[in-house]
Amino acid sequence: MRQRLLPSPLMSAALLALWLALARSTSMGQILLGLILALVAPWLTSRLRPTRVRVRHPLVIARFILRVGHDVLVSNFEVALGVVFWRFRRPQSKFVVLPLELKDPLGLAALSMVTTVVPGTVWSELALDRSALLLHVWDVSDEQEFITRFKARYEAPLREIFE
Amino acid sequence: MSEVPFWVEVVVAALLVLSGLFVLISALGFLRLQDFFLRMHPPALAYTFGSWCVTLAGILYFSMLSERLTLHPWLIIIMLSMTVPVTTVLLARVALFRRRVAGEPNTPPVLTRPDDS
Repeated sequence: MRQRLLPSPLMSAALLALWLALARSTSMGQILLGLILALVAPWLTSRLRPTRVRVRHPLVIARFILRVGHDVLVSNFEVALGVVFWRFRRPQSKFVVLPLELKDPLGLAALSMVTTVVPGTVWSELALDRSALLLHVWDVSDEQEFITRFKARYEAPLREIFE
Repeated sequence: MSEVPFWVEVVVAALLVLSGLFVLISALGFLRLQDFFLRMHPPALAYTFGSWCVTLAGILYFSMLSERLTLHPWLIIIMLSMTVPVTTVLLARVALFRRRVAGEPNTPPVLTRPDDS
């Protein structure tokens, strides 16, 4: 019964919080509207989510978010400098094929968010059997080093969280 | 309603200018870069650092103005990082597909298992 009524409690909580933050009020009416949204939206979309979300290790998640934030900042300056000094130095951008061990669809979705948000990388293609990922990288001199770093920095914590 | 202190105005102005600068560089990248996949990189400046600066400026200014913590602009950052990947990944996939069909050089082959190839 609880399964049916609340297919994904985390999403419901997030939706309610989102509604109240957008309405900027915690009056009874807004809470009621938010509750309706939080109950109906996950129920309507539950068929779109094939697997149940199991999120563990909140500390790892927090550290991962901070790490991504830091990398986004660094990468922003790299790409900005690369564009400004385009005439003097061309970045060595190329496609990199990464072997993947992360198989969880939600983990992969999170990884695609990370690669898109970091300006230096563009998620280009995922192998059909999820064994490899094609990335377009803005500036990479040592491909092997980039792959090792990427796997340790992003893939390892995501596997810890989702698998 | 009270005025905000001078230092807040300075910080907010600096953040807004910084954001504008990054959006400008992102547009410059569009103009200068010739390859589609190279062009996929600069827009990220606008939707990450550019929007982060504006968000931070908004939080700081309105928190000081109303003298209570105004955190809901954070939603901009969260929503952007949730929605942008959808279009970006779609665009990249379409571009790869078209290049392969057109048989353009420097296009990576379809990914298969390492032991197959």
